Amino acid sequence: MNTNAATVLPTLAVEHLTTRFASRAGVVTAVDDVSFSVAPGEVLGLVGESGSGKSMTAYSLLGLIEPPGEIVAGSIRLKGRELRGLPERDWRTIRGNRIAMIFQDPMMTLNPVLRIDTQMVEAIHAHRRVSRQAALEAARSALGRVGIAAPDERLRAYPHQLSGGMRQRVAIAIALLNAPDLIIADEPTTALDVSIQAQILFEMQTLCRESGTALIWITHDLAVVAGLADRVGVMYAGRIVEHGSVHQVLEQAAHPYTRGLLDSTPAAALAPAEHGKGRRLQQIPGMPPSLADLPAGCAFRLRCTRASSACEQLPALQSPAPGHEVRCFHPLPQAPR
Amino acid sequence: MPLFVLRRFIQAFNVLFVMSLLVFAGVYAIGSPLDLLVDPQATTEDLARAAAALGLDQPLWVQYWRFLVRAIGGDLGDSFIHGSPALGLILERMPATLELALVAMLIAVLLGIPLGLWAGLHPESIGGRAIMAGSILGFSLPTFWVGLMLIMVFAVQLGWLPAGGRGPTAEVLGLSLSVLSAEGWRHLILPAANLALFKLSLIIRLTRSGTREALQQDYVRYARAKGLSNTRVVGVHVLKNILIPIVTVVGMEFGALIAFSVVTESIFAWPGMGKLLLESITQLDRPVVVAYLLLIVVLYIGINLIVDLLYAVLDPRVRIRRTSE
Ligand SMILES: Nc1ncnc2c1ncn2[C@@H]1O[C@H](COP(=O)(O)OP(=O)(O)OP(=O)(O)O)[C@@H](O)[C@H]1O
Ligand code: SF4
Ligand SMILES: [Mg+2]
Repeated sequence: MNTNAATVLPTLAVEHLTTRFASRAGVVTAVDDVSFSVAPGEVLGLVGESGSGKSMTAYSLLGLIEPPGEIVAGSIRLKGRELRGLPERDWRTIRGNRIAMIFQDPMMTLNPVLRIDTQMVEAIHAHRRVSRQAALEAARSALGRVGIAAPDERLRAYPHQLSGGMRQRVAIAIALLNAPDLIIADEPTTALDVSIQAQILFEMQTLCRESGTALIWITHDLAVVAGLADRVGVMYAGRIVEHGSVHQVLEQAAHPYTRGLLDSTPAAALAPAEHGKGRRLQQIPGMPPSLADLPAGCAFRLRCTRASSACEQLPALQSPAPGHEVRCFHPLPQAPR
Repeated sequence: MPLFVLRRFIQAFNVLFVMSLLVFAGVYAIGSPLDLLVDPQATTEDLARAAAALGLDQPLWVQYWRFLVRAIGGDLGDSFIHGSPALGLILERMPATLELALVAMLIAVLLGIPLGLWAGLHPESIGGRAIMAGSILGFSLPTFWVGLMLIMVFAVQLGWLPAGGRGPTAEVLGLSLSVLSAEGWRHLILPAANLALFKLSLIIRLTRSGTREALQQDYVRYARAKGLSNTRVVGVHVLKNILIPIVTVVGMEFGALIAFSVVTESIFAWPGMGKLLLESITQLDRPVVVAYLLLIVVLYIGINLIVDLLYAVLDPRVRIRRTSE
């Protein structure tokens, strides 16, 4: 054990994680050599277009990849403990207990025919032997923490009897039930309207800061990340192409893809980082590629304005600044500040 | 809810009225029972007298009108053959048929749901494929042929079970039942298995496809992400969802099971309503045929109502929609 007080053991350390799906059309690498870590109380934003492998990364971290998918390489260490290769029964003690997940659409993820109390109590009983009374008490207090009034009434409700925002709060409360080390939130606010979205973002941030829970927030919306995350990973076609602090990624973007994402996000949404620069919105040319036939080398090269023949090789990660990593042969020069 | 039940009752009466018209006209068209009822040596006067006694000398609409008036009072007429009330004759045979149908349905459900679940959870396994192959057979083999084969094997070749009849029965609350004695079960099991086969195949397929579909749903992945055991995910999250269509179909099919027991009952000489119906048709015993068909309609409607109520119990979303209506 490293006893050096200066290095804090990260809650989660992922290295070279690679997840593949074997299908008739060929082998698809949905998560390709992904590495990152999250410290206690830290928020990591994972950003990328649809199909870039964000959800598959999350499922890999929970051991929820099912055949024909498989984690083929890499390591997942939770507080120093290797999770990859754990037998299913050990995985079960991790899921929902040490690592909790919140999904995109709580209408689809809460079971429609089971009451909220059933779904909360079972989440506790899966990991702790406590009485039903004690479990209900814990459920009530978790609902209180996410700002749900009249928790007893909500506990007796079925999912469809709650509003969208309320359902997502219930899902967050379920994630909090066993005081996990890490919460993975997969686009949990996309289905909600903007004001509720902002409220929930703020509450999540506060809850995690207070309890020291690490948070991975998956989204395709850079604006969400700007207000919430400490660090950001940008995913493209299964790879992390840029990785750094919010400041580094949003204000000193070095990867042409990140730049493209920023240019297609309204400036006001990114305030204060990009506010008042009076730029025009620009879409990234071309379509997100299908993972089944990616171009060799840099997967972005057919859409990239800076591409050269060098880009037909796979670029290695390089570091323009400490803590800032970019997978590109021709990163954007840093604006002198 | 009371409003809903009331509406269903009004519907039921409409259906009964239309059915009685159709059945009456249909049976009338089959032919006159007089030739079968009266001694071939009888004179024309004898024939006329007999026709008048049975009301067969009147035009169809008068006969129907008389029938309707009495039917509203609960009297569906007397059997031409037995001379006793048709409804009473049928009700006498009903426990035998209901018992047979219930046991058959129980076999279908108790075997079908676990087998379907297994096949849905392991679609590629040898067991899963074998179950599916079996259910295809169960679907496509004709009931009467399977019945004959069952008799051939278990009664004739092996001699383990009786080939037909109901055997001894025990009286409970005025109903004579077979399920209370071992000897009763020996008589019941072959016809029940025969009758169950088709429904068993149906429930296996329904459960299997329901399971496969449910496993794709986000709520299953979420249940797994909560760290629930596989038993709980399948036994509660999946099962509770697929039970909704299964209950519907089981309910609907129960009516059909009673109606279709005709074939099985005649193969196994089971003294139920189905066998009575066949006899009554060959003897052109109109009142019994009409009463039987109307009774089946009532059964169907009643079962439908129960299914709808059960459905509301199982699916909370239905409950809300109905009460807010
Ligand atoms: N069963 C499967 N077989 C083959 N490929 C799969 C399978 N499941 C997922 N994939 C691949 O994994 C890729 C990554 O999907 P993922 O759901 O992680 O994307 P995402 O970034 O979460 O997108 P979104 O924003 O739409 O949720 C998909 O493009 C798809 O090609
Ligand atoms: S490696 Fe080349 S193609 Fe890829 S992003 Fe960088 S410049 Fe563009
Ligand atoms: Mg996703």
